[in-house]
Amino acid sequence: MVIVTAETAQSTSKTPRKRSRYKGLNHLSGVDRIVVSLMVGVPTFLVLALVWFPAVGSVLLSFTNWNGIGSPSRAKWLGLTNYQNVVTNYPPFWPALQHNLIWLVVMFVIATPLGMLLAVLLDQELKGGRIYQTAFYLPVVLSLALIGFIWQLMYSKDQGLINAVTGSTIDWYGDQSYNLGAALVATSWRQVGYVMLLYLAGLKGVDPTLREAAKVDGASETTTFFRVIFPVMRPINVIVLVVTVIESLRAFDLVWVINKGRNGLELISTLVTQNIVGEASRIGFGSALATFMLLISSVFIVIYLRIVMREER
Amino acid sequence: MSTATRTSRGTPQDRATRVVVKAPRPRRVKRVLLYTFLTVMALIWLFPVVFAVLSSFRDYAYTAQNGYISFGGFTFSNYVNAWQQANFGHTLINSLIITVPAVLLTLFLSSCIAFVVARFTFKFNLALLGLFTAANLLPPQALLIPVFRMFKAITVPLWFSDSGTLLNSYWGLIAVNVAFQTGFCAFVLSNYMKTLPRELYESAVIDGAGVLRQFFQLTLPLCRPPLAALATLEVTWIYNEFFWATVLLSQGDKYPITSSLNNLRGQFFTDNNLVAAGSVVVALPTLIVFFVLQKQFVSGLTLGATKG
Repeated sequence: MVIVTAETAQSTSKTPRKRSRYKGLNHLSGVDRIVVSLMVGVPTFLVLALVWFPAVGSVLLSFTNWNGIGSPSRAKWLGLTNYQNVVTNYPPFWPALQHNLIWLVVMFVIATPLGMLLAVLLDQELKGGRIYQTAFYLPVVLSLALIGFIWQLMYSKDQGLINAVTGSTIDWYGDQSYNLGAALVATSWRQVGYVMLLYLAGLKGVDPTLREAAKVDGASETTTFFRVIFPVMRPINVIVLVVTVIESLRAFDLVWVINKGRNGLELISTLVTQNIVGEASRIGFGSALATFMLLISSVFIVIYLRIVMREER
Repeated sequence: MSTATRTSRGTPQDRATRVVVKAPRPRRVKRVLLYTFLTVMALIWLFPVVFAVLSSFRDYAYTAQNGYISFGGFTFSNYVNAWQQANFGHTLINSLIITVPAVLLTLFLSSCIAFVVARFTFKFNLALLGLFTAANLLPPQALLIPVFRMFKAITVPLWFSDSGTLLNSYWGLIAVNVAFQTGFCAFVLSNYMKTLPRELYESAVIDGAGVLRQFFQLTLPLCRPPLAALATLEVTWIYNEFFWATVLLSQGDKYPITSSLNNLRGQFFTDNNLVAAGSVVVALPTLIVFFVLQKQFVSGLTLGATKG
């Protein structure tokens, strides 16, 4: 670890020199240097070893034919062959990509606006406003795996509530023309509450004088929202966008609980997992899929970091 | 309106009152619509949970015969059966073994990082924070192969893990959870710590307090509010964590309760009321957190997005 002792010495003039000579806030004694090194070093080692090193590892492995036996250094370099196989020779890839995209679009077009609408409606003096909020974000504390089970009570073919009420005999989790929709309803049930919370926090941060000014100018509530409030909430909008994209890409738990991501519920994340822990351990191949995920997510992570770290600079 | 005003000088007064009376009407209609919409939505949102709770108390034979839209057949036996069949006593303890150290370590390590970033003006501060925050957002599935292989290759003493490697060990899983979650907490905490007045540190330095004492006796006690919020949030998240536990603990006997759900699928498949009872048991700890520590949970979730 490099310890930079950039002497800033901001307040030398007003410091009373009693016990030790004050050398500025960035000055470190010998012991302090060790302490700071450990405080930075231990967590950094952990995150490098368990997140960043594996991320680089996945990218490197995607260019090889390593089969998981023996040392990876002896694997043959294949170049882009794995990628070529994924795209041309692997039937579930395109459906999975399509499902991820549908997932993203539904979250973006249905769940996010609905969450935003609820936030706007609840961001005013209401009787029992807290009770409504509580109802909407209750699903947020449940795991998506558990949500899969809770919705099975609605969806199951023979005992599910939907079929009991409508008299249909659709197997909502099993039939591949319905199961993606069923999973999306269950996911949206949770996502709406999450988006609502983020926007409620964002709306509380909006300067109330903006609203008053718009009112004085005779703008309607709808106009005020779209022309004044919404643009001011830009940072929250971007964060919600990034969270939506990344959560759509990472979607896994729910479909894995339903049927391990098969038969109409293929997602990139489940394909990666199947190729590694499944019966056929195709590591180079799975890594190519993993690299694909890393590539997409890194674009949005960069956007996210630029927004949230702007003020730190 | 009083008759006096109406008799004397009729028109202007009248017009004024009419305006006053008329104005709230569309607003009131709007209010009613708003409350109706919110109430309907809230009921829809609560329904799946309420239905699960109701189903969990109903006898399978009764609902199989009379359907769910019926009244009667109430029983507690689903809970007894679910508890035994799913081995919930065991998996709940596993969840505890994993969640408690993982949350404590996450909070401690992220406090360390946040403290350094907020207290000093090192050149690497921003990059460091970015390194952690970005790690929190990477898709875990994309890191599975190297983590899995690494854990399999790292041998540890048997007192540390009875599997002999980091794979199938509680500590391996805890470490992965900590590595992933530290980013979010460090980010939130560093924002909070930056709002602490620098004069505090100046006087501490003048009094001869080292970095360690500043951290433990000055910063951490002042950070109780964000730490409480993050603790609530992280307990929920790590308790709910499904992916890493599923793939890194291939021995079922170590599964925490959330991952053990997947094993129950086959056993529970035929009896939805049993599924309901099992779901309620698994949800109970998070629901308790939800109702008791609601404020902490919400503030934790939104702290990261809005910078306090």
